Amino acid sequence: MFTEAEIMDLIMTKDSKTEHLVNDIIDKPVEEHKITTKNVNVFYGDFKALKNISMKIRPFSVTALIGPSGCGKSTYLRVFNRMNDYINGFRLEGKVVIDGVNIYKDKIILEKLRKEVGMVFQKPNPFPKSIFDNVAYGLQIQGMKDKHFINERVETSLKKVVLWDEVKDDLKKNALALSGGQQQRLCIARTLAVEPNIILMDEPTSALDPISTGKIEELIFELKNEYTILIVTHNMQQAGRVSDRTAFFYLGELIEEGLTKNIFLNPKEERTENYITGRFG
Amino acid sequence: MNRITLNRIKDKGFLVTGIISTFIGLVLLLIFMADIFIEGAPRISWKFIVSLPSRIPERAGIYTAMMGSVWVLILTTIISFPIGVSAGIYLEEYAKQGRLSRLLEVNISNLAGVPSIIYGLLGLEIFARVMRLGSSVLAGSITLALLILPIIIVATRESIKAVPQSIRDASYALGASKWQTIYRQVLPASFGGILTGVILALSRAVGEAAPLIVVGALAYVPFAPRSPLDDFSILPIQIFNWISRPQHGFIVNAAAAIIILLIITFAMNGIAIYLRSRWQKRVSW
Repeated sequence: MFTEAEIMDLIMTKDSKTEHLVNDIIDKPVEEHKITTKNVNVFYGDFKALKNISMKIRPFSVTALIGPSGCGKSTYLRVFNRMNDYINGFRLEGKVVIDGVNIYKDKIILEKLRKEVGMVFQKPNPFPKSIFDNVAYGLQIQGMKDKHFINERVETSLKKVVLWDEVKDDLKKNALALSGGQQQRLCIARTLAVEPNIILMDEPTSALDPISTGKIEELIFELKNEYTILIVTHNMQQAGRVSDRTAFFYLGELIEEGLTKNIFLNPKEERTENYITGRFG
Repeated sequence: MNRITLNRIKDKGFLVTGIISTFIGLVLLLIFMADIFIEGAPRISWKFIVSLPSRIPERAGIYTAMMGSVWVLILTTIISFPIGVSAGIYLEEYAKQGRLSRLLEVNISNLAGVPSIIYGLLGLEIFARVMRLGSSVLAGSITLALLILPIIIVATRESIKAVPQSIRDASYALGASKWQTIYRQVLPASFGGILTGVILALSRAVGEAAPLIVVGALAYVPFAPRSPLDDFSILPIQIFNWISRPQHGFIVNAAAAIIILLIITFAMNGIAIYLRSRWQKRVSW
């Protein structure tokens, strides 16, 4: 058993040979990590869903979480906005620190946390309301009354996800009338409207056609200039295309984490290699 | 006879049985309604509706009984709607899944099946006697509200359950509190169903006679109630009273009053069906 620091050392030293050449930004000193998890164990009742996960996530980067179904990657994603709290028997041990604050130990106001940590779900889930109301909802629940401000924020959010030109003439239309790809972009716009720092994406393209998927991937690439993004995906190509770093989960354990390029081309663990090459999954 | 023909005969046989079973109920109801209609329709006039009760059948009207029913309906709604919907929301959204909530669940379902006269006895003892409300509109309304609470609670829970979890997740993930999520997403999406359940429960309450007889609603009141603490009568009791009279004129009156009561219940059911269909068109996942 390694301690968290030793594991980090191991990863850092082995990676650093190639890493500093590839990308200086994503190899910032440890203090500047956006998210740190330390020895995180997650239980659902007696079932241990995550086993001693320690990981650091850099700001303004895309981290892909990969692994076979049931490996805990979605659970891990939902740790950061505490969406697991609603599941019966959920319990977490260890430390999850975002911007220097332990989001489980301190007296955290969930509403505030989720304003900072947005989430996009697997299946597009717009509210059965107008397009405008969908994007404005996050601001309205914060008590924002200034119509001018809301209008502007709705427009900029829809522009960021490249949906504005398609919907600007009927913002009053029910969001459920949009296509699946449009709905998912709307859901991303809705998340952006509350200006989070971190965006969690839980297989955001698994319910979409290839063209819509392409659009979302382009969007993720754009968004990482402003946001820290974590994405769960079953699609290896997608992980390869959009992410800077990749973490491989298996049976609740973090098997390997590093630069996406290294994980795909030079995995250190045999299990990682087997999964990536499609020998199991 | 081979197996295939035998199966076909069985098939036909069941079809015929099914058709007969379906029509038995309908035909009997139609005969009953035709009978009532032939007897009572000529008696219905504006005068019949606005006349006070009288011992002369031709002069008697349903005004006091109908106003009593309207009073009871309104008070019952005011009492049962907020309590029933709140309880439904609590059980569905807040209550932790455990032994206690399962116990509550089973008991509420059971309460929906308790004979209405038992509620009448409860109302008589607690509201009429202990709370000293007497045989007033208020005592009757609280009793009926209790009677239909389980129906409203179950309907509320079913409608709330039909709202997909993904909508709640989306709301929470945007930083909404539990109450904001319920108030702004869950309730609007389930309100059609809740309203339908409430109206159907109320249309049952309008037709109930037994519990109110026990509470002490009168067969004869000279005036329509002016406050919740006044004595009252209601349509079903008026009908019951008229039918037990020997004069034929009162039987005609009863038939006419039944038609009015049926119109009220059908109208309420119609509104419920309309709301449901309108809602389904607006919200579809």
